[in-house]
Amino acid sequence: MATVTSPGDTVSRIEPKTGGHVRTVDRLSSAIMYLLLTALALISVYPFWWMIVASTRRTATILTIPPPAVPGGAILQNYNELVSQIPYWRNMINSVLVAGVHTALVLFFCSLGGYAFAKFAFPGRDKLFALMLATMMIPGVLGIIPSFMLMRWLGWLNPDWRNYLPLIIPGVANAFGIFWMRQYIMSAIPDDLMDAARIDGAHEFGIYWRIILPVITPALAALAIFTFMGKWNDFFWPLVILKERSMYTLPVALASLQSLYANELGVQLLGATIAIAPVMIVFLMSARRFMAGLTAGAIKGA
Amino acid sequence: MASTTAGAGGRSGLGQKRGTWFEVRRSFWPYVFISPFFILFGIFGLFPYVYAFYLSFVEWSGIGGPGTETWVGLRNYQALLGDDLWWKSLYNSVWLFVVTNLNLVIALVLAYILNSGLIRFKEVYRAAFFAPIVASSVAVAVIFTTLFGERYGTINWVLSLVGLPGVDWLGSATWIKPAIATVVIWRYFGWNTVIYLAGLQSIPTDLYEAARVDGASWPQIFRHITLPLLRPVITFTVILSIIGALQLFEEPLMLAGGSQSTSPGGTDQAGLTTLVYLYNQAFSYLKFGYASAMSVALFVIIVLFSFVYYRTVGRERD
Repeated sequence: MATVTSPGDTVSRIEPKTGGHVRTVDRLSSAIMYLLLTALALISVYPFWWMIVASTRRTATILTIPPPAVPGGAILQNYNELVSQIPYWRNMINSVLVAGVHTALVLFFCSLGGYAFAKFAFPGRDKLFALMLATMMIPGVLGIIPSFMLMRWLGWLNPDWRNYLPLIIPGVANAFGIFWMRQYIMSAIPDDLMDAARIDGAHEFGIYWRIILPVITPALAALAIFTFMGKWNDFFWPLVILKERSMYTLPVALASLQSLYANELGVQLLGATIAIAPVMIVFLMSARRFMAGLTAGAIKGA
Repeated sequence: MASTTAGAGGRSGLGQKRGTWFEVRRSFWPYVFISPFFILFGIFGLFPYVYAFYLSFVEWSGIGGPGTETWVGLRNYQALLGDDLWWKSLYNSVWLFVVTNLNLVIALVLAYILNSGLIRFKEVYRAAFFAPIVASSVAVAVIFTTLFGERYGTINWVLSLVGLPGVDWLGSATWIKPAIATVVIWRYFGWNTVIYLAGLQSIPTDLYEAARVDGASWPQIFRHITLPLLRPVITFTVILSIIGALQLFEEPLMLAGGSQSTSPGGTDQAGLTTLVYLYNQAFSYLKFGYASAMSVALFVIIVLFSFVYYRTVGRERD
């Protein structure tokens, strides 16, 4: 739309309208835009509503034409059936434990590494940093089988507490997290902060722990969301590693419902609801921060 | 550039070698701070990657531990070249990669609309589009398995409302790939919309205004300002899409047969992706050498795709 405004004054955001037809076209195109956006928003949200509806019904009242639109009253029956064959709460505890401990370790090691790359000059720093970034480009598929072997040799496939380690330990100091923390620390922390502490004779680790860590909480929060959600939803690696039902994390347990309850769709979907709920609730409570945390890496990384 | 807090003392006057050593000793703590990455990567990253190449030349059930494998040279790779199922799974994966890229186009259009400033409730739309990525892909697959039902699924019901015949989404060789692609597109378009939107918002508005003053049309602005400035972000999302789509696992596994299925991929293996096939060969049939050869081949293909994309379209203007 070519619009010429008089030079000098601020080019206003208000589009100068030259005639009525332009306004009509605008209104039409904005109606189409709203229609498109609303349709896609409904498509995005409907499957979740369907999940809730079906998780409260027995199969007979799920498989109807038209499909049910509101929840039914069989949620307790579905629940009792769900927990009768699979230790679903134990599976949830496994997921909380694995994702929680892994996330805490990621925050520690990545902020420590990011701090070193951002605020110290040491021989080989830039080369090591480039090397670290290059490792991000390697597709994970390559390491699956040797990693599985390695876990067996380490005894980490035994179905006791050691079985958590393959899910917790690899990746606690990961390239993305260190990169992410470095970017933030470089832009947000002035050098005077550390210099003052050094003059006072503070230990280097003490400077990180007491001075740096408290002021980088926004970046830590974003990394925590990103990491926790990734771990919570992770499926392939746990599927390879976990053999005992009591050790399953939620996604693996949920996948096993498909054969356990092939004809009980309500039970399957109740399982899905429980698996989704914790992360979805956090998302709904702080959608803005959540989205920033999950996508900022893409923007900074690009 | 990072600031140099530790200073560059000791370099002048002293010999270069001694200066470097001096620096290294002074830099004890930063080395300690970055060491966890390099140690852990060495154990859980580098070792598996290198070992995968070795394993691709052996035959091994994995039961006997290291040392019980048999060296077979290139036989795994020869077998791979003649394995129809491998080629089929590769075709399926590439098909899904190409089709699911539609989500990037949808995302670009949506981000552009949301960024136009003409839309109210922007935050609500953004959050709604984003919600699917928050759910685990296994849960999503469970949900869609019921939505895709042939007789009572919501999707066929909606199709019947507009006069279209329903199809057997998950049971027929023709429709399983479109079904998988639908789930993937549904899951990722919102995530990419939010990424593109953030990218668009970082483009200074005076650039648009200047172009408008110069008489540029809407498509011209999109073509000559928006796209070039968004290119790094687009490149990033396409590379992620290459890596993600060629390693698709949960959706094909769950929609075409389920996680306990002994012959995954559904009817005629039309929904078998390379990673599902690899998983099946390694962990159901214990052909660890053969599966390693697959992982090496898939690795090379992914790198090749990324490289070709980067060199042809993705590169930044010089």
